[in-house]
Amino acid sequence: MAFEFGGGLNLVLATPFAAAVVAPYLKKALGHNSAWLLAMVPAGIFIYLCQFIGTVATSGHGVNITPIEWLPYYGIQYSLFVDGLSLVFALLISGIGTLIILYSGGYLNGHADQGRFLSFMFLFMGSMIGVVLADNLMTLFIYWELTSITSFLLIGFNHKEERSRRAALQALIVTGGGGLALLAGLLLMYHAGGTMEMSELLGKGDVLRDSSLYVPMLLLLLGGAFTKSAQFPFHYWLRNAMEAPTPVSAYLHSATMVKAGVYLLMRVHPVMGDTALWTTILPIFGGVTLIMGTWMSLRQTDLKLTLAYTTIASLGLLVMLVGTSNETAITGAVVYLFAHALFKGGFFMIVGTIDHEAGTRDVTRLGGLRRAMPFSFYAAVACALSMGGLWPFIGFIAKEEIYAGLIGTNAPALFLTLTAVLGNAMMFGAAFVVALKPFIGEAVKTPKHAHEGPVLLVAGPVALASLGLLSMLFGDFVGAELLRPMANVVHGHHGHLQIGIGAVHVNFAFMLSLMTIALGVGFYFKYEAIRSTRGVLIRFLGEGPDSFFDIFIAGLVRFSARTVRLLQSGNMEVYLAATFATIAVALLVPMIAFDELPDWPTMPDLYIYEWSTLGLAVVGLYALLVAKTRLTAIVSLGIQGFAVALIFLLFGAPDLSFTQFMVETLSVVIIALIMNRLSLKEHDKRPGPQIALDASLSILVGLGFCLLLMSVTQGTFNWHLSEFFTEYSRAIAHGRNIVNVIIVDFRGFDTLGEIAVVTITALCVHTLTLGTGRMARKPKAVSTHPVSLDEATSGQKGAE
Amino acid sequence: MEGVLSILVGIFFAVSIYLMMSRYTIRIMLGIAVLGNAVNLLIFTSGRLMREVPPIIPVGELVPPGPTANPLPQALILTAIVISFSFLAFLLVLAYRAYQELGTDDIVEMRVAEPADEDLPPVSY
Amino acid sequence: MQTLIFRTTAPFLAALMILFSIFVTLRGHNDPGGGFIGGLIAASAFMMYGIAAGVQYVRRALYFHPISVAAFGLVLSATSGILSLFEAQPFMTSQWTFPTIMGVEVAISTPMFFDIGVYLVVMGSLTSIALKLEEE
Repeated sequence: MAFEFGGGLNLVLATPFAAAVVAPYLKKALGHNSAWLLAMVPAGIFIYLCQFIGTVATSGHGVNITPIEWLPYYGIQYSLFVDGLSLVFALLISGIGTLIILYSGGYLNGHADQGRFLSFMFLFMGSMIGVVLADNLMTLFIYWELTSITSFLLIGFNHKEERSRRAALQALIVTGGGGLALLAGLLLMYHAGGTMEMSELLGKGDVLRDSSLYVPMLLLLLGGAFTKSAQFPFHYWLRNAMEAPTPVSAYLHSATMVKAGVYLLMRVHPVMGDTALWTTILPIFGGVTLIMGTWMSLRQTDLKLTLAYTTIASLGLLVMLVGTSNETAITGAVVYLFAHALFKGGFFMIVGTIDHEAGTRDVTRLGGLRRAMPFSFYAAVACALSMGGLWPFIGFIAKEEIYAGLIGTNAPALFLTLTAVLGNAMMFGAAFVVALKPFIGEAVKTPKHAHEGPVLLVAGPVALASLGLLSMLFGDFVGAELLRPMANVVHGHHGHLQIGIGAVHVNFAFMLSLMTIALGVGFYFKYEAIRSTRGVLIRFLGEGPDSFFDIFIAGLVRFSARTVRLLQSGNMEVYLAATFATIAVALLVPMIAFDELPDWPTMPDLYIYEWSTLGLAVVGLYALLVAKTRLTAIVSLGIQGFAVALIFLLFGAPDLSFTQFMVETLSVVIIALIMNRLSLKEHDKRPGPQIALDASLSILVGLGFCLLLMSVTQGTFNWHLSEFFTEYSRAIAHGRNIVNVIIVDFRGFDTLGEIAVVTITALCVHTLTLGTGRMARKPKAVSTHPVSLDEATSGQKGAE
Repeated sequence: MEGVLSILVGIFFAVSIYLMMSRYTIRIMLGIAVLGNAVNLLIFTSGRLMREVPPIIPVGELVPPGPTANPLPQALILTAIVISFSFLAFLLVLAYRAYQELGTDDIVEMRVAEPADEDLPPVSY
Repeated sequence: MQTLIFRTTAPFLAALMILFSIFVTLRGHNDPGGGFIGGLIAASAFMMYGIAAGVQYVRRALYFHPISVAAFGLVLSATSGILSLFEAQPFMTSQWTFPTIMGVEVAISTPMFFDIGVYLVVMGSLTSIALKLEEE
């Protein structure tokens, strides 16, 4: 049943890419209001995906979409599959995407490149939906890298600023490098699991965990996931990515793309999670990222950076939770992920609106905006309540589930609980700093006269903020139809989850929540004190990896420059010597190593005129070698050439002989014409050692070719091809001169290519000499318009 | 027969390579001219030698009455001769133009594409 | 080189060589010869004429620019291969016809036109190069 509408999904996934093509033109035609029309695309995808909700929730397993074959031999194909996990992600991407497209319409209103921006956004949207719906590992990888590339384009949107370019390149290098690790990891998964389809791998139980390649496989996958999800020490690219316009930060760098790493971890958790390695690495990195991120977030004055660090922290929390492999904790992570996408996306948009309307997003220069921007204020408070984990917002359920899952009596559990409480408390503080500081207190004079943004800017945040509450009101639906199926996919079996206004249980987790809130309020009021603390560790955490990136790039540039300098010294003699030495080694070493040297040839019974022809060639060569004057050189070149022509004649090749005679004649004339201008030095000035080196190298190469030819001619010859030509030359090609028949008929295509080469060399010579010679001396000939062939000729005539 | 030709081919290669390793373009050109002959002879000899009987079918016959020289390497070499000649002409003009533009025919002094004292690339984004 | 005798005889010599080159080209399918050799002979004829009389006379005698001649030859060779496509045969399959002209059976074939194309390419290209160098 699901298959009936399944095939359409491939088509639906193509629509964002189509929209990316259309967007610039639509923007040109309709201005910023084209956003209303363009937003229909993600909205349509959202509605289309809603069809899957029932099927996925009731069946409990995924829906495979008819694949498109690509390289069947390697199991590579384009295949999609929808299950609880991918469905929620895809719904978030398309749903938030709708709001973001609207928001972009308002935010970049009047920007010259708005069309291009929208185009990039759609490219990203298509890629991101592809990542979460991909079934085939290669499909996943390609979409994964596409998100990195589109993220690069979007971060570098203000490409005229070096900071943007740096941030974009940094994001690309970090996430792209992680992508390569991921590729290696996916290939290992294929090797160990025997299939490229994720849906099939998920049914393989312990195969991956028991594989001898499990450790490298996991580490490589984590390399991909940690870079994408900005885990410490790769977090800095996400901080710098805030150079991008705010819609990008809201969409890519909080709600969707950075969650791809978490998605991957959740995706492979049933088959790769719950091992000692998994439950050690993930919580450690996640925990460090959580504490570092929240602490840094409190230290920022730029609201966007505050949010960026809380995003990093949230990703750390998610990684930590997935790392526990505890059923309840993972359910908490799932709910938190959902809640986070809503409140953080909203938050970013609000900060963007403040920035847009007030002209600054520096918290110290903002205040009292609540009257000017009431909708934004209420939306911000709603987001903060959800982020702080307060009832009745969805963030509350997330936090309760997290604490319930983490609580334990052993040391690691206690430690993780403490980390979570501390992190959440600081997150609480940061949330209210962003939600309250700009809005309450005395009105501060801002660079622009602040007022509420247009509907395009306000619709998004208000919608997302209210969803934080609505998802609680409709908790039964959200819990049973969306998040529980998602959690089931992640931890691999059916669990329970209750979402709703009434889901308040006074238990130990609730106590921890109260403690979190109390601490959080403290952090909120100590905000200024935290910001002004100084310390080596803080500076290292904040800037260390970032400046390491600069060192790394500078080192890379220097290293490659030096390597190039070393290998390409610009010294022609070195290049030639290296080339010929390689030839000599390639010819001689295998022959000696495999003992395939030819027998010494027997004395042949050549006629005297044959001997003298060979002798003539040698004499010509010797004379050429020692020639001191132009004339000797030209004459001796001619001698060896005519000797070769005679050899052809003696051994049954009259065609070759004629051609060689003609060519040698022409060569001698042409070389004579050129040599008049180039100097043939009396002595070929080479120092003694140089002569020895050159001579031994040339003798070695000559010996190599000599021995090679001897071994070849001492072997048996395959006459098959020659016999074919001889046999059929007259019979089917009506020609008695077999050589000519081969040239113009049997191998005519070859000859066509060769005469094309001859024409090209003539053209090259023609262009090389254009504008030189006598013509160039006439100033008129070097005119602005290109000289045509006829003009060149007539100009020539005039000069004569 | 092939043995002697092999030695000759070796001499051709050695001479051409020695000439090509000179510093002056004109000798390099001479070396390239010789190299073309060397390669043609190499192909010719590896197709085995046969005295004086060209691969031509007499009038009235459908196939040659007796063994002839191998036509295949001849066809290959025939085009190769013309190509290597036009290539040589191109190189000669190129060398001449380089001499005109750079004022030298010493390859060690030709450093336009790869200057000797080039700065390291700047480190910026 | 522009001696009186040479300059006087050069046009006749060149005309003779070009005639010979055409002959060599056309007999090439059955006897030693062919487009490559013919083209070389023709090119050397023009080259010799250029040395004897001066390049401008050669250009006038040629009428077309030698590169145009080469390009025409290339097109001729390529199109002679296309003919077989109309017979639903692969590119460059040779087509033969033996019409009787004035009582003599003449073999006309696509390889012949191909070879004439080769002749023109070699002649045009090498003449172009040679004339350029003689001008310099």
